[in-house]
Amino acid sequence: MKSFPIGGVHPSENKLSREQAIEVLALPDTVTVLLSQHIGAPAVAKVAKGDKVLTGQLIAEAGGFVSSNIHSPISGTVTAVDMAVNGAGLRQPAITIKREGDEWAEGIDLSKDVVRECKLEPKEIIAKIQAAGIVGMGGATFPAHVKLSVPPGKKAEFLIINGVECEPYLTSDHRVMLERGEELLVGVTILAKALGVEKSYVGIENNKPDAIAHLQKLAASFSSIEIVPLKVQYPQGGEKQLIAAITGREVPSGALPIDVGAVVQNASTAVAVYEAVQKNKPLIERVVTVTGKSVKSPKNLLSRVGTPISTLLEAAGGLPEDAGKVINGGPMMGRAMVNLDAPVTKGTSGVLVMSGEEAERQPASQCIKCAKCVSACPMGLEPYLISKMSRRQMWEQLEEERIADCIECGCCMFTCPANLPLLDYIRLGKAKVMGIMRARAAAAQKK
Amino acid sequence: MEEWVMVLIWTVVTLSALGVLAAVILYFVAQKFKVEEDPRIDEVEKMLPGANCGGCGFAGCRGLATALVQNDDISALYCSAAGAETMKKIATYLGKVAPEKEPQVAVVRCGGTCEKRPRTNRFDGAQSCAVVASLYVGETACAWGCLGLGDCVAACTFGAIKKNPETGLVEVDADKCTACGACVKACPKGVIELRKKWPKNRGVYVSCVSRDKGAVVMKACKAGCIGCSKCVKACPFEAIKVENNLAYIDPAKCKLCRKCVAECPTGAIVAVNFPPAPAKPAEPKVVAPKADAVKVEVKKEEAPKAATETKE
Repeated sequence: MKSFPIGGVHPSENKLSREQAIEVLALPDTVTVLLSQHIGAPAVAKVAKGDKVLTGQLIAEAGGFVSSNIHSPISGTVTAVDMAVNGAGLRQPAITIKREGDEWAEGIDLSKDVVRECKLEPKEIIAKIQAAGIVGMGGATFPAHVKLSVPPGKKAEFLIINGVECEPYLTSDHRVMLERGEELLVGVTILAKALGVEKSYVGIENNKPDAIAHLQKLAASFSSIEIVPLKVQYPQGGEKQLIAAITGREVPSGALPIDVGAVVQNASTAVAVYEAVQKNKPLIERVVTVTGKSVKSPKNLLSRVGTPISTLLEAAGGLPEDAGKVINGGPMMGRAMVNLDAPVTKGTSGVLVMSGEEAERQPASQCIKCAKCVSACPMGLEPYLISKMSRRQMWEQLEEERIADCIECGCCMFTCPANLPLLDYIRLGKAKVMGIMRARAAAAQKK
Repeated sequence: MEEWVMVLIWTVVTLSALGVLAAVILYFVAQKFKVEEDPRIDEVEKMLPGANCGGCGFAGCRGLATALVQNDDISALYCSAAGAETMKKIATYLGKVAPEKEPQVAVVRCGGTCEKRPRTNRFDGAQSCAVVASLYVGETACAWGCLGLGDCVAACTFGAIKKNPETGLVEVDADKCTACGACVKACPKGVIELRKKWPKNRGVYVSCVSRDKGAVVMKACKAGCIGCSKCVKACPFEAIKVENNLAYIDPAKCKLCRKCVAECPTGAIVAVNFPPAPAKPAEPKVVAPKADAVKVEVKKEEAPKAATETKE
């Protein structure tokens, strides 16, 4: 079974909602659409208070190349273009819309028929994807059109679709692969055409045999798509890990996947690409796993962007009494939320409720240099060292120790027998060092 | 003589000869490459506090001492930890004009005590303000105020900042504070400011840094500045400005008349170390009555039940 070469851990999978078919969540009465729900510049609002909008209508335009368009997830009246509190409790620019019915903008094909044929040119495909505001739906929310616009001098050789879903608990991609497999594969062919690649792979962790079998059966009718079962090992779905597992190529430190000829897109993103290109449907909804050991009925909910997380929790049986933490994302990389009225964004793959006991961090003791974190790090870093250096603000040494390569997967903290908050400090140091590196690059460009 | 005695003697003799030879070489090399250093640098360094706090902008006290000796104009060089008197002494020793700087003191501009600014969640990650600031809003709903995890306490070389467990805020001991500015740099929220040090450590300042609109501030904290501008009108010296929903008292213009303190509807403007006025006492800074502690504990127990959320 293929896997990435170094490090990794195997947390309990806890895929509680794996058998739950995707359920369409009732339309929310109001939505709060954050203007910054992707990596890059925030989008710029194109509507004002009092405007009537239709579902799928453009309401905010990308604020640059590395940015993304945002469309109205419902039809109704804009009630505010102001600040809203996000999951981290911070205030962010947002558009609030009150729902009136569900009237879709013109030109969007809502029929269920799968359209296989795509006659568009690569450039037209990318333009459509850009217009539809598609971002990486695995959680990183990197604008899809940027990844597809291969810079001159570089060439894409493989397209890799990330259906790994190595985060424990989360099942949204799993369900999408099972229930929308054909659309997904059409999406893959569209992406492959946009990139001009011959060969596409769909990497799936081996704990989803049903999805592997289903897609393998479907892939038989598509040329040049290979379904690759992968070993169950976290973080198999990390972009660089997935490339290494499937192609055997290592993305060098500081380089991008395209430097080794690979482009990676998430499985749900491929479906969104299909909808955008074949059906003219912008990215306004996504499947969100609502799960947790004490959640009454864990579910996979097809939710409109901007729906309050609390509404999703209600749909899954309400917030359990023993809830200690509500996490946006999975237990390894997700972030705890302080505001449950925060909206679903394009990158919300799951909402995980952990009981107080389960979520409580154990008291930290001393590092005994056992080097478990070093063995677990899939990027070959020395977490104990860079964590301590971050704590001591040794930015220059941190850069030499390649802290910028850290993918924040959390394997180090997961494996640490001393319960040290390794990643907390590493994240801080990484942000600082990357800021310094960016400033230096900007200064060099000015010269 | 036995053979081992001879070996011993030869060993001692050769090693001693090598030692002498090395000493001679080192002596000449040392003479040749001798670094001439002004002996006054040592003297000046001795006069400086030796805390190596970095408040002067140099890596340590020796850096400042070297600069003081080498530069003719030392007006820009100042050790706030040493104070005006020591700087004068150093200047006299060096025969230069003493640099002058108004004495300053670090001021924590946040009045969000546990009572005034309720905790909405509990953070169980790495106990560092910088980490919290990079992750989320913090344990309260205010995105601007003191996070209370004490990055400034750790940064202070002089033991002048301590956390008050009753209020959850940090407090500066004005007598120990040397205004080196280490805490100002350590605070990720920019809550601490170096302000003019008045006699008897008195001071009047806006104890809030929130740029949020009034309604948002009120929701998060009862002691915040809501930007109402009443203080601006009350000030006879035009020392107060409101920008981005936040009042700021210019320490250069303020005369400590305390008219603004009485006007402030939320008590965000505080007057510290004044004797209690006979009629309406100026609000003392942070001496929390005992009843607070009880209330706080009740709240802490309620928090997990409300079951909102904590940090990863």
